[in-house]
Amino acid sequence: MTVSTSPIETGDAAVVFDGVSKRFAASGQSAAFTALNDVSLTVGRGSITGVIGRSGAGKSTLIRLVNGLEKPTAGKVLVDGVDVGALDEAALRELRRSVGMIFQHFNLLSSRTVFGNVALPLEIAGMDRRAIDERVRPLLDLVGLADKHGRYPAELSGGQKQRIGIARALATEPKLLLSDEATSALDPETTQSVLELLKRINAELGLTVLLITHEMEVVKAVTSDVAVIDKGEIVERGHTFDVFTHPKHETTRALLSGLPGSKLPEAVARDIRPAAAAGDRVVVRLTFFGAAAERPLISRLIQSIGAEVNIIAGTIDEIGSKPYGSLVVAYGADPETSGKADRFFAENGLTVEVLGYVA
Amino acid sequence: MSPDLLMLIGKATLDTLRMVAIAGFIGALIGLPIGIFLATSGRGELFPAPNVNRAVGLIVNATRSTPFIILVVAIIPFTRLVTGTSIGTKAAIVPLTIATIPFFARLVEAAIRDVDRGLIEAARAMGATPMQIVFKVLLAEARPALTLALTMTIVSLIGYSAMVGAVGGGGLGDLGIRYGYQRFMPDVMLIVVIVLIVLVQLVQSAGDRLARRFDKRSRKT
Repeated sequence: MTVSTSPIETGDAAVVFDGVSKRFAASGQSAAFTALNDVSLTVGRGSITGVIGRSGAGKSTLIRLVNGLEKPTAGKVLVDGVDVGALDEAALRELRRSVGMIFQHFNLLSSRTVFGNVALPLEIAGMDRRAIDERVRPLLDLVGLADKHGRYPAELSGGQKQRIGIARALATEPKLLLSDEATSALDPETTQSVLELLKRINAELGLTVLLITHEMEVVKAVTSDVAVIDKGEIVERGHTFDVFTHPKHETTRALLSGLPGSKLPEAVARDIRPAAAAGDRVVVRLTFFGAAAERPLISRLIQSIGAEVNIIAGTIDEIGSKPYGSLVVAYGADPETSGKADRFFAENGLTVEVLGYVA
Repeated sequence: MSPDLLMLIGKATLDTLRMVAIAGFIGALIGLPIGIFLATSGRGELFPAPNVNRAVGLIVNATRSTPFIILVVAIIPFTRLVTGTSIGTKAAIVPLTIATIPFFARLVEAAIRDVDRGLIEAARAMGATPMQIVFKVLLAEARPALTLALTMTIVSLIGYSAMVGAVGGGGLGDLGIRYGYQRFMPDVMLIVVIVLIVLVQLVQSAGDRLARRFDKRSRKT
């Protein structure tokens, strides 16, 4: 991701945040506070860009600036080169019809059927009945809920509700989809299937997706680019794969530590110590990407160091559609074994981090 | 019981129904937009007008805190202006309507405020105008609550209508006071009370049933 220097010429960017700040004035008992401070960020056209941060980091405010639900107090938000903050209400409504949005709590009308919910944005846009019917049916097919068109939201599961939310957001054929914690209320399995759907519509419809989340799993599963937000500022950004494999900021590391495979098992974590005693084994974390993730590394490691290797923890995964592996292994800390191991790691281009020593 | 008395009871019942129906209809018609306004005109809401909101709220509160029997007497000049008379069933409809408006408006306000804010945000994100949000989202989603609000209003109206006998309004309450109490005819009193109970029961259960039919929130898969 790059910082835009020219505000109107946005080139390949679907959305540009240019030095955006949002300050909420004090009202009633709540003190004034700065939700966003000088945020610059570019969302590439056709990308799935994630913004991740803890709750209260400013991500909700950030995404609401894109369709003008909030207005920046400084800086500009450009959607296809249009300064959202400068639009009047009528122009803003026009823009919103070309930007879909999905929500954590789905925000479906309980009084309308599945069909009626998906039809709502089209009714708002003033489309006639028959055209609405023609538009809604294929959308229900797309999200796999054609058989539920006459049901009410209360009769659906969370995952189905979010699929309806997605169909509704796509009804006006937007170029941009905003996802506000869309999977945070769903269980992990349903989350995966909803994310798969987002990925599919991104690929099939060429839709740009900007999603905010507090879950690294979500970022890992679908985004190509990511920005990490903390206390209203973007602290790290880049291709998802790079940020995951080489996190620089402390907040990013903290968010990553929640992922499976990133923590040591309890028993090892308790016994590990920073310095080696005689006869100890060294515990290292190996990180490997791309082709290396597909090679039989452990058996080769054992062959080249001629000693036993314990696997303590490990995960093979995909980040931004690239294979990625992380293994925590232990082997003899004696200079000979260590030396051979280091040579093996260097030859195979593995990133090695010494975590400590165990007896 | 003489046929004359039965005739009286029948007429009184019809008078009550007429008063309640007309006052309820006009009162709800005027109270609904006021209630919607009250619920949507606060700071940062759909039609922000906090000062007007406060003023309307004040008038609503003033009307609601005036005891109904005092309201009936207090607005006699207005009643005469509207109907040309200050006594009779027709005249009684005016104070009944005036009392219904703020009562229903507050209930409407509560029903509208109860609609999930997330739905308003979703509709705004779709590019809906404030009017579209009112008609397509707020009123649609609040329909079960609005039905119950109307039910409660009609039940209250039936109660209020018993007091308009004070200005010769007629109806069941008036009959009960004049025959049942002043002429000491407990059987008339009893019948009046039973008819009122049946009326309220019918209105309440019809309202409940309608509200349940409109409510799609609790259906199980």
